[in-house]
Amino acid sequence: MMPSIRAWRFWLPHPLFSLFLALLWLLMVNDVSMANALLGLALGVAIPMVTHGFWAEEARIRRPLPLLRYLLVLLLDILRSNLVVALRILRPARHLKPAFFIYPLALDDDFAITILASTISLTPGTVSLHHDAEANTLLVHALHLENEADAIEEIHRRYERPLQEIFR
Amino acid sequence: MNSLDMSWIMQLVIALFLLVGAVVALIGSWGLAKLPDFYTRLHGPTKASTLGVGCTLIGSLLFFSHQQDGVSVQEALVTIFLFATAPVSAHMMGKAALRRCLRGVAGTRNMPKE
Repeated sequence: MMPSIRAWRFWLPHPLFSLFLALLWLLMVNDVSMANALLGLALGVAIPMVTHGFWAEEARIRRPLPLLRYLLVLLLDILRSNLVVALRILRPARHLKPAFFIYPLALDDDFAITILASTISLTPGTVSLHHDAEANTLLVHALHLENEADAIEEIHRRYERPLQEIFR
Repeated sequence: MNSLDMSWIMQLVIALFLLVGAVVALIGSWGLAKLPDFYTRLHGPTKASTLGVGCTLIGSLLFFSHQQDGVSVQEALVTIFLFATAPVSAHMMGKAALRRCLRGVAGTRNMPKE
């Protein structure tokens, strides 16, 4: 549904995102000046307006604080994941036990699912391959899987539950 | 100002970050070459290279923040973009492989049948 041309929502469908784009522009040119700030703001208004129609339904971030904690946990896990995967690569391939498993999602918001799938791909030895929208499951490939139930439980505890809190 | 004006500790730290980044990237590429099938190969570049590029960028950030006035933030942007896009490309490649019914290495459990 398109708001009328007079409403501010028409010009700024995503005010925070516009601000973010303007800041991003300033960071990219690495030079804070009036001209660049204005150009950034113009881009910040123009880009959301043009792409608005393609956006999925908005997910609202309810609580920013758990988001910060989530990012921190993610960063540490990426470090850990890198070490684990590096060691697995260096050891002979016959020690590997690759496996697919299906992860049942509790989240139902598209954006939150995207974040979870990205998280799974960035962390220890797992890549998300397919989202089944009907069954609401993710197909995940693990480089080395000892126990399927443990892996599912860990993803749920470490990532999905915090995400549920953030996007509730 | 050239790089030799830096204190040796700074040089050491930057060199360490660059070295670690290079080694991690090398291991990632090694995994890409030697892992047994397509699905396991996906893991090499998406993981080892995020840390590899991350370390290289931290080295670069320290170097240029030291060389110029103020903090250089473009490296942080590169990191954010990389972390946002690496899982997407892995996802798409995996999906394409599934669609083409590529077989996993012998011993892969729960191979999906589609």
